[in-house]
Amino acid sequence: MTAALRFDPIRLPEKCEQLRKEVRAFLAEEIAAGTFDPHKPNREDTDVPEFSRRVGAKGWLGMTWPKKYGGQERSFLERYVVTEEMRVANAPTRRFFVADRQSGPVLLKYAPEHIKMEILPRICRGEVCFAIGMSEPNSGSDLFAAKTRATKTDGGYLINGTKIWTSSAHIADYMIAIFRTSPPTKENRRHGLTQFLVKMKQPGIKVNPIGQITGQYEFNEVVFTDHFIPDDHVLGEVDGAWKQATSELAYERSGPERFLETYYVLTELVRAVGPNPDTRSAEGIGRLVAQLHTMRRMSVSVAGMLEAGKEPVVEASIVKDIGTVWEQQLPHRVRDLAAFVEETATNRETLERQLDFAIKTAPKLTIQGGTTEVLRGIIARGLGLR
Amino acid sequence: MAESDNIVVETAEKIFADLADPQTINNDKKGTWQAPLWQALSEAGLPLSWVPDDLGGSGASLADGFALLNAAGRFAVAVPLAETMLAGWLLAQAKIASPAGEMTVLPASPKDRFTLNADGSLSGRARGVPFAKTAKHFAVLAHGKDGVAIALVDGAKARIESGLNVGYDHSDTVTLDKVQPVTLKPAPKGVDQTNLMLMGGVARSLQIAGALESMLDISVRYSNERVAFEKKISKFQAVQHNLARLAGESAAALAAATSAADAIANAESFDDEVYLEAASAKIRCAEAAEKGGAIAHQVHGAIGFTIEHILHRYSLRALAWRDDFGSESHWAVELGKLVANRGADELWPLVASR
Repeated sequence: MTAALRFDPIRLPEKCEQLRKEVRAFLAEEIAAGTFDPHKPNREDTDVPEFSRRVGAKGWLGMTWPKKYGGQERSFLERYVVTEEMRVANAPTRRFFVADRQSGPVLLKYAPEHIKMEILPRICRGEVCFAIGMSEPNSGSDLFAAKTRATKTDGGYLINGTKIWTSSAHIADYMIAIFRTSPPTKENRRHGLTQFLVKMKQPGIKVNPIGQITGQYEFNEVVFTDHFIPDDHVLGEVDGAWKQATSELAYERSGPERFLETYYVLTELVRAVGPNPDTRSAEGIGRLVAQLHTMRRMSVSVAGMLEAGKEPVVEASIVKDIGTVWEQQLPHRVRDLAAFVEETATNRETLERQLDFAIKTAPKLTIQGGTTEVLRGIIARGLGLR
Repeated sequence: MAESDNIVVETAEKIFADLADPQTINNDKKGTWQAPLWQALSEAGLPLSWVPDDLGGSGASLADGFALLNAAGRFAVAVPLAETMLAGWLLAQAKIASPAGEMTVLPASPKDRFTLNADGSLSGRARGVPFAKTAKHFAVLAHGKDGVAIALVDGAKARIESGLNVGYDHSDTVTLDKVQPVTLKPAPKGVDQTNLMLMGGVARSLQIAGALESMLDISVRYSNERVAFEKKISKFQAVQHNLARLAGESAAALAAATSAADAIANAESFDDEVYLEAASAKIRCAEAAEKGGAIAHQVHGAIGFTIEHILHRYSLRALAWRDDFGSESHWAVELGKLVANRGADELWPLVASR
């Protein structure tokens, strides 16, 4: 076989189910207290600092990290359970999700010890928000075309240029960004980019919000003008960011957030059709549930492989490809079926409002965090085609 | 399950490699490959994998048997291995010993039903029964006034209208008209027609997943050989992306089928969670057979459409297997009803149950 893809049937261990109960109870309390409404994914208040701190107090942020940095040294599968329960409840995770999933692990691997001691415990307490500075006006999927310069100066670097589509930059305390420290070489066009830790809300950084087609303002343009970054904020090898970018991708691409973004419309459809659906509704729901179940089994399988220390990069890319295409189509399939829902269904308005938002959200799902085209390129490489 | 990690699969793969090479079989218009293959499988005890030693079988675990079916799918094996395994499994549920030779189960569709008459005879009709024509015996699940019964029936006592499925394998209509069974026993609690269909559906899901693995394999290989517009077609991005999608469909089928097999192998009963696993596997694998098979053909172009090429051995069988033990639309309706009946707020707990 040229392409041996593995998706072993991983089951979540017993301790995950205990944790799941705790997370559900916590979320039920938060909902009862009015922190957020699980039926309103389109709310304005996606940034809820006090919710972040309460999640941190539960020990559910940075939960796989070493205890000396504030972590819990729990398994990746336990983190998986927390992530999926938060997502399904439409909890306001915006403030901490990027730091927990992505930025923290990068710091763990590449930051100097004193920075780890300073920042990681604060992520675990839910106090800090991170953004990721990758895309630029002329550099999106083609990451290595980035032009924003980091020029060496006394004790650090001066940053000039613009990052764009930067989610949460307007509320972020930090950004992990790549900047150009040297020109690319003839042999290696990926050479010359360096990863930095950027402290936001400092001189030389201007954040301009960008409106999205959903009506929200989640991403931004971030303009750097002679912004100073000290030497100890370099993450990893100078000019060698390209060596660092790939290994975390399996974590970033295979999680439950890659197929549950629009899940709420399916729940609401089931509520609207009631306990005795007609054949058409039953078949439509059955297929969607079978597809969802399969996605989750694939995603849990990758999580299990990651926990076992494997690097299932191709499998993870497949999860994001299939998962994001599925969650993108889901609102449209639900809309097909909702056309036959009785006028008298009590949640009809909720379903319609949710569909309106989900349909507007859908286009971004196959773009953010690695486009479908990029993912299929990675899968093709894994198959030995490139 | 791409690599064999158990002795049952290793044994089977060796036999398949020696005696079920798709190209050799495809070239053999007279079917002379069938007898030696079946004989080798039988001598290795594989068709009765799921039958305990004391009932005449080789007593392999459910998990090993499922892995064997996945391997059989990778070779698009066209002898009644899965059917005999299922028949042996059904008979063993009622502690009925399995005879030697090919078997198949009745019914093979959720729509058909067999009746246990007051005189102990069996009546009924089943359509789309795989390999009925070559079966020496049938394992029959029948409904009597005292509940469900399981019976062993002599193949010669049935009336058979011969047919072929989309993959050119026997798929026949079987009529039992007051046929006295060889053996008849009541089914134990928990064995009913729905569960038999789920079991058969998971078997077919594993075979489809295996066929898709092979379709991906031969499509990748072909794209790296075939030259068009002065380069290998694997270098065209459009082809790469199609193959990436085929990998996705193959992966989804494999994940759904092996997860369902694992769920059944470790379950004490066919509860809602097992139902979700098994029904989802059949639905998702059937969808993958359609989408994935279309891509494999697209990559191969006209050569893959010829009867000489082996691609159709996988692609058409995968499509045909969709129909057995309940199609994807059947299971989608049933799963949809189950989900609706449990209620909206019970959907996520069901999906996240393991």
